[in-house]
Amino acid sequence: MATTTTAPTLSFQNISMRFPDGTNAISDVSFDVSKGEFVTVVGPSGCGKSTLLKIASGLLSQTSGSVVVDRDKIGYVFQDATLFPWRTVKRNVELLLELHKMPKAERVTTAQRAIELVGLKGFEHHYPRSLSGGMKMRASLARTLTLKPPLLLFDEPFGAVDEITREYLNEETLKLFAQEQFAGLFITHSISEAVFLSTRVLVMSARPGRIVASYDVPFSYPRDPELRFDPAFAELAGHINQSLRGAHA
Amino acid sequence: MSTTVIPDAEPPVPPDPGTPLLPDDAPPARSTKREGLIPLLLPPFILGLMAIGGWYFVSYVLLDKDRRFLLEPPHKVWSNGFADTVQLKEMFSGLWSSSKVALWGLSIAIVIGFALAIIMSQSKLIERAVFPYQVMLQATPILAITPLIGFWFGYGFSSRVFIATLISLFPIVVNTLFGLTSADQGMHDVLTLHNASRLTRLRKVMFPSALPAIFAGLRISAGLSVIGAIVGDFFFGQGEVGIGQLLKRYANRLEGEHLLAAVILSCLLGVFVFVSFGWLNNRAVGRWATVSRK
Repeated sequence: MATTTTAPTLSFQNISMRFPDGTNAISDVSFDVSKGEFVTVVGPSGCGKSTLLKIASGLLSQTSGSVVVDRDKIGYVFQDATLFPWRTVKRNVELLLELHKMPKAERVTTAQRAIELVGLKGFEHHYPRSLSGGMKMRASLARTLTLKPPLLLFDEPFGAVDEITREYLNEETLKLFAQEQFAGLFITHSISEAVFLSTRVLVMSARPGRIVASYDVPFSYPRDPELRFDPAFAELAGHINQSLRGAHA
Repeated sequence: MSTTVIPDAEPPVPPDPGTPLLPDDAPPARSTKREGLIPLLLPPFILGLMAIGGWYFVSYVLLDKDRRFLLEPPHKVWSNGFADTVQLKEMFSGLWSSSKVALWGLSIAIVIGFALAIIMSQSKLIERAVFPYQVMLQATPILAITPLIGFWFGYGFSSRVFIATLISLFPIVVNTLFGLTSADQGMHDVLTLHNASRLTRLRKVMFPSALPAIFAGLRISAGLSVIGAIVGDFFFGQGEVGIGQLLKRYANRLEGEHLLAAVILSCLLGVFVFVSFGWLNNRAVGRWATVSRK
């Protein structure tokens, strides 16, 4: 998918992050994410990938550099589903709309649409404790989608579910990407997940995190699940793996 | 994020990714294994019978006839204590009076306790300032300050309520504060991302996640408030006669059956309060809390 000529949805400009305890988490990171793009950052654990998302969303402030982004309706999918256990799926999905003071009737229909979008129809009145890990992530995704965010940040959202569910959720994510037209910034340490989802894969080095390589993913959307077994897919994954190993050293 | 993720087994995925998840994708409902009532009730019943047997043994074998008033046998406690309607009426009105004291004390403790906990949850500085005094208050033996309370507030209803309040305040503050501050960081982040106000945060995240802890505290405090009411009654006997006064009176008159009956009634009041708050807890958070206290 070609990058558009309009201003990027998210732009990191020479971002560095040093925590108060002296840890150098990120060093001089610059890249853009535009509408129609799905950018994934892979890197060894602890390299500051998640920190990048926290900076983008304003949960953390960078030490230097600047971020250009409209934070008003940012979508953030956390590592955990972060569902509120005392709310049913329906009420969980309505949460952000409540925070944005949407009138009740509109809220209910918007939430219902999001619930159907992620395939949780029929589970509206379940409490999170009776959902499986994958279903919790879907509910969390639905909650984020209610605001129709132009930018969606994914912080290793499918790290805690098993492989099969993860692949399935990846396919769902791409479907949503096609339908909802958001710009995506995804964090993971799974190379195949990165290649399968993205238009572009960025490789981050160990701490302090720098972007050491960038790969355009040439496969067109919609992507078939079988793509994972395509030789071209394996080759690209192999290249990324190599630069990741280089980055780890 | 520092929360732990418990990976749980995902059931097989439906073959067509387009169809919504089948209901059997949901993990099995929480164990609905229900033991029958008989295996549940039989062991305590047998133990109870054994205790009554022991009681008879002490009354009739260990105590001679002229010392039997120390522990009258169960059937006498029944016939002279519970079956005697005049006595029973007196005891129930005493119990009711003490219950009122306990309820007032608990209510006041809840109001003060919630207010304190909410204020402390909003500012670490205030929490640090208040905490040592709160511990001191809790550490002071209640009996040591009863004379002072009588001295200040007289020897009637208000002093009794004061004791009940004092004794039940600490668990409410501690548990509520713990609950308010134990909300998952991820939930806080969600609200931060959407610029939620302090009040919204308190209402939508902190208070609901505190509910299980609040109820745990309430249950302890409710029991303590009954103790406080009876203790208060012992010392401050003006006005309505509470169960504490009756206990004292029966002991002074060496009315063993009445004394035991009154003790049993106070014990039942404590159990009733404990069970009621357990029930309230299940009503309030039982549907969603992962650890529901039985």
